[in-house]
Amino acid sequence: MLQIKNLHVKVGDKEVLHDINLHIGEGETHVLLGPNGSGKTTLLMTIMGFSNYTITQGKILFRGEDVTGMHAHERAQRGIGMLFQRPPTISGLKLGKMLAAISKTKDENIPELAKSVHMDKFLERDINKGFSGGEIKRSEVLQLMIQNPDFVMLDEPESGVDLENISLIGTTIGSLLEKDKHLIKRRKSGLVITHTGYILDYIDADKGHVMCDGQIRCHGNPREILKDIKQRGYKECLECRHP
Amino acid sequence: MSSPIKVSDLSKKDKERIAQSGIDLENKNRCGTYIQMDQDIVQTECGDSGIEVLSYKRAIEKYDWLKEYVWNAVSSEKDDITKYVAAQKDPKGYVIIAHKGSNNVMPVQACLYLGKDQIQHVHNIVIAEEGAELHMISGCASGAHVGKGGAHYGVSEFYIKKNAKISFTMIHNWTEDIEVYPRSASIIEENGVFLSNYVCMQPVKKVQMYPTATLKGANSVARFSSIVVSTPGSYMDLGSRAILEAPGASAELITRAITKGGTIISRGHISGRVAGTRGHLECKGLILKDGLIYAIPEIEGSVVGTELSHEAAVGKLAKDEIEYLMSRGLDEDEATATIIRGFLDVKITGLPEALQKQIDASIDVAEKSGF
Repeated sequence: MLQIKNLHVKVGDKEVLHDINLHIGEGETHVLLGPNGSGKTTLLMTIMGFSNYTITQGKILFRGEDVTGMHAHERAQRGIGMLFQRPPTISGLKLGKMLAAISKTKDENIPELAKSVHMDKFLERDINKGFSGGEIKRSEVLQLMIQNPDFVMLDEPESGVDLENISLIGTTIGSLLEKDKHLIKRRKSGLVITHTGYILDYIDADKGHVMCDGQIRCHGNPREILKDIKQRGYKECLECRHP
Repeated sequence: MSSPIKVSDLSKKDKERIAQSGIDLENKNRCGTYIQMDQDIVQTECGDSGIEVLSYKRAIEKYDWLKEYVWNAVSSEKDDITKYVAAQKDPKGYVIIAHKGSNNVMPVQACLYLGKDQIQHVHNIVIAEEGAELHMISGCASGAHVGKGGAHYGVSEFYIKKNAKISFTMIHNWTEDIEVYPRSASIIEENGVFLSNYVCMQPVKKVQMYPTATLKGANSVARFSSIVVSTPGSYMDLGSRAILEAPGASAELITRAITKGGTIISRGHISGRVAGTRGHLECKGLILKDGLIYAIPEIEGSVVGTELSHEAAVGKLAKDEIEYLMSRGLDEDEATATIIRGFLDVKITGLPEALQKQIDASIDVAEKSGF
């Protein structure tokens, strides 16, 4: 589904991602781990096509098509979607209006979908204005439910979410990734940034990658990597220079 | 009635221009109508009992007491515009009286249309008597006029009595050669509410106005909302003022201004003169193309116990907001239009649905033409 080859990315004058290689197959969900500032969000924003992130080398292929030079909306229209950790507040634009604008068909029952993630009372509110951490995540999930991307990137979906809502967010993300479907029928793929690993209880990730200093340093079983990091921190990853 | 002109006599183009300023010529969703073409009164009527729509001349003849309301809220000596209107031997304009306890769901509409004349002058008086609720839409437009120039001098005096309410929605649809000088003021008594909404999304040579609300009664409320777009060559000097003179009185002045190359001077002044008063002034401006947005908010408190605040911001569309919407599949133009639409989306509490829809519709027209 997604293939990244030899990707180098600059933000401003500084190269922040160096030689990233990643392959995520159809139906697979991968986890991206790494210390703060290691470049995880940069990678997701680059895959989404944000203009502040300049690709200086390498390629991003989505379903075999080179999307490296495409704008964000062209990537979104091809099936790439993202849950933002800190989305912008848009003053005046109501959540309901935005959902209507991104809805591909008129058939989607926006109030009903909003209710399912307890956001029905927010449809008339300005997007993200005064939203708590958990409300932002529920609003993001709701937007993704309407967008229904084939490749879902999730930037810390559980951060700021209270315990009561984490299972709601987790289960909903699980359905976005078709985790409720049999492995053979699963078509959706994902790439998830997590620090706590709580989300893994809902999405059963297939592979894990550790990013340090803008490089992917190692790959492996996500739960094992997480367990390792919980016990020993990122010290060894930071010292590791030979992935 | 000074003119035999009928609505059916208006040209198709004139009718279209009038409709764009929110006037329903079939009078379907309106409770009463006043139409003035240049200096000719085309129509006055009102189907709703309790609300009278009269020409100025007819009203003065009919009600002797009306003299007390003439040049009371607005001084005839205020400036050259008021002096010009006051000097007219044959004054034009409308008088709308919502008699005690009356209430209209469908708004009264007034249309002031500049067709051929160089100067259209009007003197309007609107009175909501005790407990009455009056909703009005005023569409001001010009038609087959382009290139000839012209001016509209409009004096409007509003009187909101105890427990009464007036909502006044004015939609301007002039052309780039017209100058417009409204001069209006309102006096609001105890528990009275005055909502004044102004929308101008179309070119105009010059608009200059600074309506004033004097809140004389306890717990009276004034809310001014302005939604304006200025195109190259348009000069809009707009403001609103609230004088808080009674305990519990409150005022809110909200402006959303967009320049696409024209000039907008957005003034605002709230004066808190007694304790227990509140006021808030908000001006948000977006610069889409080089032009000018000059926000001049003034708050003036002279006693302990008046609470006044203001918020003004002028800027450009934020790239991260546009790209956020693009990441949901909207292209850049759609994302930009969606954000601008949100920026202009000022929901006005207490406004009937028909009028909110009319405001939304005039923004829609501008949105379709790419703001």
